[in-house]
Amino acid sequence: MKKTLAVLLLALAPALAAAQEEAVRLDHAPVDLGNKASLQHGAAIFVNRCLNCHTASLMRYQRLQDLDLTEDEIKKNLLFTTDKIGDTMSPPVDPSISKAAFGVVPPDLSLVARSRSADWLYTYLRSFYRDPKANSGWNNTVFHNVAMPNVLYEEQGEQALQVTEKMNDITGDKIETSKLVIEKPGTMTPVEYDRYVGDLVNYLVYMSEPAQEERKLWGIVVLFVLAAFAVLAYLLKREYWKDVR
Amino acid sequence: MAATEKTPVTGAGPFNGVLTWIDQRFPLMALWKEHLSEYYAPKNFNFWYYFGSLALLVLVIQIVSGIFLTMNYKPDAHEAFASVEYIMRDVPGGWVIRYIHSTGASFFFITVYLHMVRGLIYGSYRRPRELLWIFGVVIYLALMGEAFFGYLLPWGQMSYWGAQVIVNLFGTIPFIGEPLAIWIRGDYNVSDATLNRFFALHVAAIPLVLVGLVAAHIMALHEVGSNNPDGIEIKKNLDPRTGTPVDGIPFHPYYTVKDLFGTAIFLIVFAAVVFFLPEMGGFFLEANNFIPADSLKTPLEIAPVWYFTPYYAMLRAVPPMFNSQFPGVLIMGCAVLIYFALPWLDRGRVKSIRYRGPRWKIAFAAFAVSFCVLAYFGVHPTNVWGAFPKQWPVVGGDYVAVWFARLLTIVYFFFFLGMPWYTARDRAQEKPEPQRVTW
Repeated sequence: MKKTLAVLLLALAPALAAAQEEAVRLDHAPVDLGNKASLQHGAAIFVNRCLNCHTASLMRYQRLQDLDLTEDEIKKNLLFTTDKIGDTMSPPVDPSISKAAFGVVPPDLSLVARSRSADWLYTYLRSFYRDPKANSGWNNTVFHNVAMPNVLYEEQGEQALQVTEKMNDITGDKIETSKLVIEKPGTMTPVEYDRYVGDLVNYLVYMSEPAQEERKLWGIVVLFVLAAFAVLAYLLKREYWKDVR
Repeated sequence: MAATEKTPVTGAGPFNGVLTWIDQRFPLMALWKEHLSEYYAPKNFNFWYYFGSLALLVLVIQIVSGIFLTMNYKPDAHEAFASVEYIMRDVPGGWVIRYIHSTGASFFFITVYLHMVRGLIYGSYRRPRELLWIFGVVIYLALMGEAFFGYLLPWGQMSYWGAQVIVNLFGTIPFIGEPLAIWIRGDYNVSDATLNRFFALHVAAIPLVLVGLVAAHIMALHEVGSNNPDGIEIKKNLDPRTGTPVDGIPFHPYYTVKDLFGTAIFLIVFAAVVFFLPEMGGFFLEANNFIPADSLKTPLEIAPVWYFTPYYAMLRAVPPMFNSQFPGVLIMGCAVLIYFALPWLDRGRVKSIRYRGPRWKIAFAAFAVSFCVLAYFGVHPTNVWGAFPKQWPVVGGDYVAVWFARLLTIVYFFFFLGMPWYTARDRAQEKPEPQRVTW
């Protein structure tokens, strides 16, 4: 009996551990790489808002032709820091200046969707709140004490972290729950802002692997060819093995 | 002068002349016969027998895709990371070459592990195939080295810190450890010098060793003949007319066409990963490896790639002794090297799982489970199953997974070290082997 109990406890242990851990719940990012309008919008947001401090040193402007943009359109609307369309995306600001301002060099974003995941980015960009204790005046529930301020606050408005304390009726433990509430509305409604960030994240996912749509298309072709090859190989094998008794 | 004494090649139509010319100057037909058209393999090969030729296929895939990667990769700490992304973005078709190579690395281990399971369950390491088995284990070791050296080359955070951790393992060896680790790295830290030498080892040294070992492995196989799912020797039962095994069929054409079918199925699975799941949920390509190596930022969790994780879990399971991690390193090393001893540990009369006694079957099942669960532990942090309650004796407060890993490490070693005992005890309960292969 004691043994069974021990085994049962062992089996329960992982569940208990998981309950204690408080992980940030990530929202699902609306990624749709087939939606060229969304990607174009995301590219415009990225070039206008992110590229002031961040780099995307592995991404060439030219490559944006993937998003159904012509070279002229790219040159006219998206090229701010260079006039060569074959250049990679770099900011007008010297990294040492950002280092002085924020304490860190803003990371390169070429691959951020692969190292962080789309859902993380989507949640992160919507989770800034006002924090007078932070250097920049901003904090983030996904990335605590992040150096980056909320550059999109004009659109999103200003959020505050509302903490409520409750007592557990049985144990008497204090339970803290917190949620983000908009204190000062921005130029967009929350739904509009979610879509705005969604387009930006969609673009970041594209930029992390520009060939991914092409990859999936080729995949279908290759699998069809291999399936045909498998059928032929099977028939050939059966024909030869007829005489093995 | 021997050139004119050979009989002309026949049966190749318009090529007879050319082949005869070559054959009189090179043992073309002799090699062809010895290794293909007159190499007699048992006719009862099953599913498990695909993985030898598939591992060879993956070796070829890795060499060819690797050559193309080398054309654009830069083994330089400042350029390596960007050059991999240059291949992914700017080299035409570069992404497919890179994904083939990164997926191939994992599939190499998948095929080799399945190939080794085959050897274990049908007793392919037993006399007269001991040397064949030993070549195989050396290939496995070389493959681990090849994978380890190659993993540093993308120069991402996981590449860098993974190499740091593994080289430090050598640093734990008493007395010679620290100078040895510096000698391996060529520096006090993993650095540009390390990257350069790992590149040399990955693209030149180890591949040469691998190809040579594979050749030796196949030559040894063709010398002793293939084992089969019944674990009986087909050479003992020869056809009096032809002098060839009655249960054998020529490798070519029978197994070439069968392996062709196996290749097609394998390539379908392989292509599905390459084109639709190249990261394989973080198992084949880790998220942290999309961040360039940074010697000042240690990632929170450093986990090796999945194929090393059973051994890594053992390493973490062994507590430090005398202020040294060396005991864990020693256990980990022994876990791999013990495969060499296998042919001399097994005292069973039969070779195949089909006729084995119950003790071997239980020990093998426990071994297989322990290997898989250890692999699972190795990819997760040690707190994956939480901790024992503080008030429990001995284990109180320790992580559950660490104690489980200790238990499973013992199970793993028992499979080998207990083998002389349990296979001898099993003899009475072994089933009789058949005279002819089951077909």
